[in-house]
Amino acid sequence: MSAATQTALAAALRDTGRGSPAQASSSGQRPDRRFSVYRNNVAVSLIGALETRFPAVRRIVGDDFFGELARAYVSQHAPRSPLMMTYGDDFPDFAARAPGLADVPYLADVARLEAARTRAYHAADADPLPASAFAAPDGALDDVRLTLHPSVEVVRSAHPLVTIWAMNSGEAELGSIDDWSPEDALVCRPAMDVFVRKLPEGGAAFLQALAGGATLAAAAERAAQDAPSFDLTENLVGLIGGGLVVAIETPSQQGDAP
Amino acid sequence: MPARTVNAALAGSLFAALSIVSASAAEDKMAGKEKCYGVAMKGQNDCAAGPGTTCAGTSKVDYQGNAWKAVPKGTCTTMKTPKGVGSLEPIKM
Repeated sequence: MSAATQTALAAALRDTGRGSPAQASSSGQRPDRRFSVYRNNVAVSLIGALETRFPAVRRIVGDDFFGELARAYVSQHAPRSPLMMTYGDDFPDFAARAPGLADVPYLADVARLEAARTRAYHAADADPLPASAFAAPDGALDDVRLTLHPSVEVVRSAHPLVTIWAMNSGEAELGSIDDWSPEDALVCRPAMDVFVRKLPEGGAAFLQALAGGATLAAAAERAAQDAPSFDLTENLVGLIGGGLVVAIETPSQQGDAP
Repeated sequence: MPARTVNAALAGSLFAALSIVSASAAEDKMAGKEKCYGVAMKGQNDCAAGPGTTCAGTSKVDYQGNAWKAVPKGTCTTMKTPKGVGSLEPIKM
């Protein structure tokens, strides 16, 4: 298929007003009607991919609203990859700009969390370091850098994100939420299962600093700036016990030795 | 903070953290490891990990949306704050 043919076909798939492209009607009758079946199958499959990837979002707004939201997204976003598990990576941003969602300002964050879960599920495997690896790091502790597990993602939120997600994914019972304090989420898959955890205060800044290559001391300091109540011990327990670290880089391994 | 103070604080926290982790390590040892099945995400089976693979074809034209006629009415109505729901109730005199 030539590039022009592909472009015409792709445009006709998205635009119901276009009828069928000339290439689709070389034989048979009522090509427009036949092509609309094909067009519809494409749309329905993509909507299905979104329904599968964002079940909590769907539960929160209900099937009808989600259907509208998904349809609007699909009509504007052709898949960029044949891997359907990546379809909808920017659906959270789309949901953040969508009209009619003033009552559910947390919805885009729930979508971000669900997208992160799928990425974590398909992230590269890596063995977390055992606690014993931290017992005797060489050299000064504050210059140590940590390599986080490839599946680790942090989703920060101004809403009780983890509670809302848990209630809509079967992890917690659905009910009214009394405490609407912000919650940051950690997504990781240290072994086989994807976990979602509520991060302690400053935990998001701590992990993001570590992921950005900051030393342990610099990351702790940045976290304390982000949240004065940052508890280093609590966060190290989560980091080591949660299997989030796959390598420790000590200063002696960094750069060229003189 | 001077570097030495940071290092001492880190060492103290790390020591405390390791003792907490090793205390809970015994019970967690098998969690999430060495599994032959049940590897899918909770609430998502293998189909869910690879969406778009079903033949969801239909001749019903389902493509044109009703431009946001729908309103969110899933579980969001349940999760509302008691305060929010309360404001919709008539004032009791």
